[in-house]
Amino acid sequence: MLAAHHISKKFSGVTALDDINLELPAGNVTAIIGENGAGKSTLMKILSGVYDDYEGDVIYKGSKVRFKNPREAQNAGIAIIHQELNLIPYLSITENLFLGRELKSPIGFLDKKAMRLKAEALLQKLKLSVPADTIIADLKVGQQQVVEIAKALLYDAEVIIMDEPTSAISESEVEILYGIITDLRKENKAVVYISHKLNELFKIADNYIVLRDGRTIESGKMKGMTHDDIIHKMVGRDIDIIRNTNIAKEKNVLLKVDNLCLGKAGNTQKNILNNICFELYKGEILGIFGLMGAGRTELMEVLLGLHPDLTKATITLDKNIVRFKSAKDAIQAGMALVPEDRKKDGLILGLDIKTNISLSSIDQHASTGLIDRGAELTKAHHYIKALRIKTTSEKQTVKNLSGGNQQKVVIAKCLATKPKVLMLDEPTRGIDINAKNEIYKLISELAASGLGIIMVSSELPEILAISDRILVMAEGCMTGEFEAANATEDNLLKAAIPKTI
Amino acid sequence: MILSQYRSHLVKFQSLIALVLLCIGIGLLSDKFFTVDNGWNVMRQISVNICISVGMTLVVLTGGIDLSVGSVLAIGGAIAAGLLKFGIEIPSGNLYIGFTLLGSILGGLAIGSLLGLFNGWTITKFKVPPFVATLAMLTIARGLTMLYTKGFPISNLGDSFAYIGTGWFIGIPVPVWISAIVVVVAIIITQKTALGRYIYAIGGNEHASKLSGINISKVKIIVYGIAGMLAAIGGIIITSRLDSAQPNAGMSYELDAIAAVVIGGTSLSGGRGTIMGTVLGALIIGVLNNGLVLLNVSPFWQQVVKGGVILLAVIIDKANSKND
Repeated sequence: MLAAHHISKKFSGVTALDDINLELPAGNVTAIIGENGAGKSTLMKILSGVYDDYEGDVIYKGSKVRFKNPREAQNAGIAIIHQELNLIPYLSITENLFLGRELKSPIGFLDKKAMRLKAEALLQKLKLSVPADTIIADLKVGQQQVVEIAKALLYDAEVIIMDEPTSAISESEVEILYGIITDLRKENKAVVYISHKLNELFKIADNYIVLRDGRTIESGKMKGMTHDDIIHKMVGRDIDIIRNTNIAKEKNVLLKVDNLCLGKAGNTQKNILNNICFELYKGEILGIFGLMGAGRTELMEVLLGLHPDLTKATITLDKNIVRFKSAKDAIQAGMALVPEDRKKDGLILGLDIKTNISLSSIDQHASTGLIDRGAELTKAHHYIKALRIKTTSEKQTVKNLSGGNQQKVVIAKCLATKPKVLMLDEPTRGIDINAKNEIYKLISELAASGLGIIMVSSELPEILAISDRILVMAEGCMTGEFEAANATEDNLLKAAIPKTI
Repeated sequence: MILSQYRSHLVKFQSLIALVLLCIGIGLLSDKFFTVDNGWNVMRQISVNICISVGMTLVVLTGGIDLSVGSVLAIGGAIAAGLLKFGIEIPSGNLYIGFTLLGSILGGLAIGSLLGLFNGWTITKFKVPPFVATLAMLTIARGLTMLYTKGFPISNLGDSFAYIGTGWFIGIPVPVWISAIVVVVAIIITQKTALGRYIYAIGGNEHASKLSGINISKVKIIVYGIAGMLAAIGGIIITSRLDSAQPNAGMSYELDAIAAVVIGGTSLSGGRGTIMGTVLGALIIGVLNNGLVLLNVSPFWQQVVKGGVILLAVIIDKANSKND
């Protein structure tokens, strides 16, 4: 039905996809498997018309196509159901289904009756037993997911791409989804199913394609494959980072976290984080690995004093029991976080390097009320030199720095608060390989100077290369702990893959 | 780097250049413009707007807005005048508290600050959007002014009170002194204190600021408090100049303040802008108003021209930020 030949795609020089080939036969469910960053989303965006500047050919129903925008792909019969729901919450099901392609009566008014009838027919087919004029906000998330599918089917889609469709829905709703997929298969549609949850794939997929580092590694029939086979295909890449050698000689506990739980706002049933317990030693690099949605970022946020009302935990820092009511508390106690999204959460992009570096520690230089500019400048110079930030001056606006240098500014800001524990959430995301190695070197040096380092990463080679010890999280729980010597990509990934569906 | 500095200088001087051109243009068309009397006249007229605009700048820099300043100005002036003239009388307790000049002024400033702090509190504590919270305060403060004055002006406040709005000190009108002091203090706050740093940081990226350990709520509450206090200062100047606290004083002054802030190059989304820019913005509006009057332009056209200038300023500003 749909095939891609030799697809390559670069983002400002960085290769995201490299010579990808795939076949999506009609009447089949094809699973696309790969780690975070393997290129799954980019590939789906090409197939669904979000990107049109790629190399290679997309063959649809036997002829070459190049969709200029998602609308064109939709009209041709390729529908994508995104991980995040794209529905307007205060419009009805019918209004959402026909958004942008409303049926009109001959004089140009909305033909509400025709739209409602068509919507009702679709909902019936998908076994969603709610009136078609129900407001989206009143639906459960699983039902909203079904509406998304209905939206795809409304256009008589031949190819339906589902990106992590079960990430937000409950088990019983998953069963309904499987029913729908089975029906679609019977109707000879081509279904693409992307999920981290391998169990789901074994249940529903006919074929699989494994992507790794933007390349197709293998494809074939799902039948006869085992968990371990798939995991093995997903990982197994090498990266040349010098393995961390300065493993802490003595084990002095710096940070101890006991029974940390994080509740969900407005939902007392389900916790985002459950009974997390771990220790961090002085001078240690503790890696935390997990797939998307495992709760890694939330754990970092809690340790920085965010969500104080939803958190239950006993945290001991340097032998004192601490309670953080805000980020300010946590930073004063000696915690520091380099957040996952440096542009959104780490930097004030419009301000200069100096100001960003001193942002968390300006109080130190303002004891008289006025900022001691000299001291501030000295500090900026110190960190620009120590962290090897490449810039012409401390007055450079951080917006104009490269990703790697921006990340160093965030690290400098954290270090300026004289932290005891430095947490880094995906510290090398979106920066090039040289800058990555620089950051790794920096992290090793900082650990050697006695800081406790927690590094969250979803990149296996990275976490294996520089951690002294690795904790694995899945679905808000700790599911494994490995000494660096015993950790392999296989056993980390095995611990990280959710057991429930 | 050098280019961006060059550009930022150009942007900084852009309003100054506009102001100079405006003055030259009006001067050529009217011989009454370049006179000492008219100069002080313009300065005196804009002193109130400068006080309000400076507060507005701080608020806008954090990414907020304060629509209540006109009404807070009215109640600040009314309270100061009322305390001076009538004091506080509690008939049931057989109690009368009289106020000195300084006491009544402090009373007016206190009520302005208090209402401003209340704005900040509702905005941070209950997450009411600044637009809505201060819109509500616009009505509330106006209503309170009407209640306090029973809808009538409070007049005949005495010579020493009149000195604030009409007097001269070392050859310069007192209101101009006041607005100059306000400007200098605000420049020190924004450029030299941690609070100023936080104001810019919050406007630039509130979430990152929070993660950096800045107490966002505290900073915002202080900033709205300052805006309220400055509005009350403006109210006292006006009341003194007219020798009368008018219950409907300061109506739609918030618009002139926002205009000065915007013309001065402060981004309405926060994080970018200067106090000096706002002062230039207020001067441009003041000179424009004065010039159009001197040139006998109909008041209706004056409004059209003023609106056009605001629009032009924002369009130029947008074009500049796109180049960044």
